[in-house]
Amino acid sequence: MTNNVEQTGSIAFSIDHLNGWYGKRQALEDISLTIPEHQVTAIIGPSGCGKSTFIRCLNRINDTVPNFRVSGHVLFKNKDIYDPDVDPIEIRFKIGMVFQKPNPFPKSIYDNIAYGPRIWGVSDRKGLDSIVEESLKKAALWNEVKDNLSGSATSLSGGQQQRLCIARALAMKPEVLLLDEPCSALDPIATARIEDLLLDLKKSYTIVIVTHNMQQAARVSGLTGFFLLGKLVEFGDTRQIFTNPKDSKTEDYITGRFG
Amino acid sequence: MKPTHSEIQKLLAARQRIERIFKAVAVLTLVIAIGTLAVLLIDSLADGINRLSLQFLTSYPSRRPQQAGILSALVGTIYLMILTALLALPVGIGAAIYLEEYAKHHWFSRIIEVNISNLAGVPSIIYGLLGLELFVRTLGLDRSLLSGALTMSLLVLPIIIITVREALRAVPTSVREASYALGASRWQTIWHQVLPIAFPGILTGSILAFSRAIGEAAPLIMIGALTYIAFLPDSLLAPFSVLPIQIFNWVSRPQKGFAENAAAGIIVLLIVLLMMNAIAVYLRHRYQKKVYL
Amino acid sequence: MTIISQQVKRNKTYEGILQGVLFLCGSLSVLTTLGIVVVLIFETIAFFREVSLLEFLTDSQWTPLFDDKHFGILSLLSGTFLTSMIAILVAMPVGLLSAIYLSEYASTKVRSWVKPTLEVLAGIPTVVYGYFALLFVTPLLQTFIPSLSGFNAFGPGIVMGIMIIPMVSSLSEDAMYAVPQRLREAACALGSSKLQVSLRVVVPAAFSGIAASFLLAISRAIGETMIVVIASGQQPRLTLNPLVPIETMTAYIVQVSMGDTPTGTIEYKTIFAVGMVLFLSTLILNLLSQWIRERFQEKYE
Repeated sequence: MTNNVEQTGSIAFSIDHLNGWYGKRQALEDISLTIPEHQVTAIIGPSGCGKSTFIRCLNRINDTVPNFRVSGHVLFKNKDIYDPDVDPIEIRFKIGMVFQKPNPFPKSIYDNIAYGPRIWGVSDRKGLDSIVEESLKKAALWNEVKDNLSGSATSLSGGQQQRLCIARALAMKPEVLLLDEPCSALDPIATARIEDLLLDLKKSYTIVIVTHNMQQAARVSGLTGFFLLGKLVEFGDTRQIFTNPKDSKTEDYITGRFG
Repeated sequence: MKPTHSEIQKLLAARQRIERIFKAVAVLTLVIAIGTLAVLLIDSLADGINRLSLQFLTSYPSRRPQQAGILSALVGTIYLMILTALLALPVGIGAAIYLEEYAKHHWFSRIIEVNISNLAGVPSIIYGLLGLELFVRTLGLDRSLLSGALTMSLLVLPIIIITVREALRAVPTSVREASYALGASRWQTIWHQVLPIAFPGILTGSILAFSRAIGEAAPLIMIGALTYIAFLPDSLLAPFSVLPIQIFNWVSRPQKGFAENAAAGIIVLLIVLLMMNAIAVYLRHRYQKKVYL
Repeated sequence: MTIISQQVKRNKTYEGILQGVLFLCGSLSVLTTLGIVVVLIFETIAFFREVSLLEFLTDSQWTPLFDDKHFGILSLLSGTFLTSMIAILVAMPVGLLSAIYLSEYASTKVRSWVKPTLEVLAGIPTVVYGYFALLFVTPLLQTFIPSLSGFNAFGPGIVMGIMIIPMVSSLSEDAMYAVPQRLREAACALGSSKLQVSLRVVVPAAFSGIAASFLLAISRAIGETMIVVIASGQQPRLTLNPLVPIETMTAYIVQVSMGDTPTGTIEYKTIFAVGMVLFLSTLILNLLSQWIRERFQEKYE
């Protein structure tokens, strides 16, 4: 694996020899990289290469998969999130996630966003109102739904639902936002809106995005990692990866020879 | 050697004839089955409709068929069902939640699963034997509403667990994942997201389980529900009777008047069942939440 | 964020307690099975202290309630066997034919109302079937068979069969539905008629499910109580004649409970001994049905 990142800011994640198995099948093999703060880091690779598995390790949502286990370390702010005394719930307060297929709860728009803070313990109406408004504004959805906050979330369009999911994640005031192929179920216009949103959000959040769309990675990210068959093949500056990849496998993928 | 054209024609014609006969026989069997149902319902209706009256609904049983009524049995059925629901629903829903959300792949829950599907196939009279020995005799509850409710709770528990589990399973994983990703705990996810979505399924499943329980007589005969109760049960430990047992009692008597009473009782029982099922269907439509995108 | 840490810690204690409570709810089913087994074994052992196993299994008479007591289970077994067999002879062909018709031939429209109607058959309380058997079916049969006695195995057997039809047809149909379309297409492409496809391809492919449904239906018939209590009689008799009164195991248990039977008497113990035989028979059939379904089920992708 070739790693040619220059660390210019502080580090969000430091991943060290991470391995992951679904039962007997190894999905991640010896992954090591550092993800800096306040940047968009893209993870690309063909289907089945382990990129989704990887990102789902970063907030330990893989814990909910019955026979998944890991070895290695994932340090977030210098603390290993896989340490036995770490509660995954606390991690998810700081590291939010948006999924591939928009999955709003079958509740109102308001209740979708307010669900997270309510778990926190915020119960007063004014507090929730302001969190809802702030999150929807950050997700560039406020103007479209502000008159219909009690409407059902599932009546929104696909792109709106995904922005709702982003707003819902942002309501938790996380430091990191993980996005697992967030636009793969959306049309190009909705995709473009979300990409603009991400470029805006990176000023205040660390963003890690898994995508099978190389143009998207090139458009939004500053750093890119290329996964293949569970291994991290190359990781570096996005421009460099796409114009002058160091590994031949990376070059084959970028130029469309496979995947 | 390939068959000639006319040989093929004959083969196809013979096939078609057999096919038509088969279809006719199959349809005939369906007609017999459904026809029997119709005859049964019409027969009960015809035999009992004359006897159905306000007097019938509000009188106690009597040695004289004309004066007998089903009040005590009807009230007993209602009390029993309410008690059974209070006992069986929390435990059944709790067990289903445990099996589906907490222990899904654990070896112990596999044992419980096998157990439950076996219990669902045990004849209801065996539950009566259990109730007799355990509740009536050992615990000394005698032939009371409480014994009856405890016995019936054990009877419906497997059915409730099975149907509630199906309702929980129907909730998409994406909803749970979204909730976990926001930092919710397992119980928070279950209480705030899974249960509300599964609610219509749980409701209809429970109503269907109880509509089966209402028609049961054998286990209650075992624990001593009497066939001649001329009063309304006034406490948990009071003796009682239920509709199916009253019907059974009347059917067993030789006088023709009692046969009419039995038929009238059957009509009442069937109407109660019809109402319960209609409510179940209505509630399912009313509370169905659109989770699909 | 420390407030949240506290909250998370507090919730963890609640969660632990909650999980414990839910676990207890789940274990109740195990306790129920244990209860049934313990109760049956306890009283059955007490029964066999007074009656020899040999007599139980070989005596042709069952008269525990008379002065001259005989304890041979064979007559009750033959009563149960007779009624169940008649029921199966009705339910199996009708159920299977209906299943084939509904699964392979019927239009969606026909299916949409026939299936629920058949399910209604399963939902009718058994006392209603008992009434029907005694006061309609038996008199009707008596016009064709004058020697048919008022209490018999024939009428209730037929009615029981009708009651079980939905069980056979529904489970068989599920099994047939699971057979992938591509098998049917392959047979059709070779020039098979629809009937041939159904009988030679689909039914054998669904065999494990169909066989499992038969076993479950038999188990249900064996355990049926009210229909036979009302319409079959209370005369234990070792016979294969469906026209005379008999008594099934289930009817005997009810008969004794209707009377006054103090704990500890031999009569009391007999209902548990009979109950044990009943429980074991249905248990074996149910387990066999599950085993067949799992062992022989074709795994289609």
